[in-house]
Amino acid sequence: MTLARLDFLIGAASAAAATTVDLPFANGVRPLAAYPQKRDLIVLTPRPPLLETPFRIFNDGVLTPNDAFYVRWHLAGIPTTVDGATHQIKIHGSVKRPLSLSVEDLRTQFERVEIIAVNQCSGNSRGLFSPRVPGGQWDNGAMGNARWTGARLLDVLAKAGLEDSAVQIRFRGLDQPLLDATPPFVKALSIGDLDENMLIAYEMNGKPLPLLNGYPVRLVVPGWYATYWMKMLAQIEAIDTVDDNFWMKTAYRIPDTPGNTVTPTDSGYPTIPINKLTVRSFITNLTSGQTIAPGTQTIRGIAFDSGKGIRHVDFSSDGGANWRKATLGEDHGNFSFRRWESRFTAERGASYVLACRATTKDGETQTAIPVWNPGGYLRNVIETYEVRVA
Amino acid sequence: MSERALRSAVLASALLVLGAASSTVTITLPPDNVQFKPGPGVDLATANCATCHSAAYIYVQPPLNRTQWTAEVTKMKKAYGAPIADADIAPIVDYLLTQNGRP
Repeated sequence: MTLARLDFLIGAASAAAATTVDLPFANGVRPLAAYPQKRDLIVLTPRPPLLETPFRIFNDGVLTPNDAFYVRWHLAGIPTTVDGATHQIKIHGSVKRPLSLSVEDLRTQFERVEIIAVNQCSGNSRGLFSPRVPGGQWDNGAMGNARWTGARLLDVLAKAGLEDSAVQIRFRGLDQPLLDATPPFVKALSIGDLDENMLIAYEMNGKPLPLLNGYPVRLVVPGWYATYWMKMLAQIEAIDTVDDNFWMKTAYRIPDTPGNTVTPTDSGYPTIPINKLTVRSFITNLTSGQTIAPGTQTIRGIAFDSGKGIRHVDFSSDGGANWRKATLGEDHGNFSFRRWESRFTAERGASYVLACRATTKDGETQTAIPVWNPGGYLRNVIETYEVRVA
Repeated sequence: MSERALRSAVLASALLVLGAASSTVTITLPPDNVQFKPGPGVDLATANCATCHSAAYIYVQPPLNRTQWTAEVTKMKKAYGAPIADADIAPIVDYLLTQNGRP
């Protein structure tokens, strides 16, 4: 790719060493700060740390660097010292052979498996909901795409041997509530939803995970929202009932309605735990409101979905009235970001509404009408970008 | 923590990570500098909210109305176990409305 062109397009935004950013919604001013093992990220909250990846970083390559990867913790009791040599992952509950595995055990006793997969916070883009909803007020940067390396969850469970009575696997990390009365952060997956892509990962982009991303091991659940990707994974418990803890039964629920969407006045509808990613696409080499130069412009972006894979991305320079197929970049697997690019001719003095729309290999696509739900989940509206040419 | 100390902590962590695939990693999180702003009820809010999270949690929300802030404070008490006295809920909500409220 031509770095010069990229600089040309985003130069205005990156030229000044900004100490704050102003995200495109009310109360969107955020400081930038470099947390341990991280470059400057957008600080949503300092304690517990919620750090957002500045969106232009997604233009740098298909993988999100570890030091740029977003951070999200629920509880402030985060261990700030973790010994990767002595850390144990306990596999217990309804298993025939309870196990306690070190990271070294994971490396030596199980096949080493790699997958490139998107990790996206359930609440990514919540700040863009209209009407707004309470919660973590992210712009679009609570996501990242990394090469994860580890042992298959199914291989580890096979070694322990699930009892026939087990219906879910419950995961817990090292983080702790600050109050005894606060429910510890645990998440559960139904056994029928487990697959061979799910890993207990000890490497992220070929390196140890940053502590704030779950060092020394985290669960990798390709195609599923990041709430299931337990950081600092310490306990894997087979349970005989559907988990009814707060984080499954009350939090992280989506409407069980068509499109998982409701209106603010709806009530009484059934809900289910959030689960798989919806299909999304973005332009990465410009931002809405930007002024661009006249002439032929190359527009670059990313697309991803829950693992069906991207069939095509459509690009529009007239707000979605007309679409043309973008050129897809290298295929890094169905769970990865897929880069794409397209071109259009920008006339001096004109304004354009650029838009992109991804379609999966099984036909799922994006629409112009955003979903709405009170949790602020699953946003995947067709993104639009207003640009002026001068 | 000073910026220099923070950089040192980052560097130390990075060196440990480089040293071996599985070793001890220690980080020092930067201090939480976001304070509840002065106003009636600030002491109650600080005492009841800041135990578990930064005041930033309030200021980054969209402006919320009384129903929404009441729901948030009640959730902190009932779901997250915050030891908020029933009598303190209304004054905390009043304070939050002065900080980031809407009609």
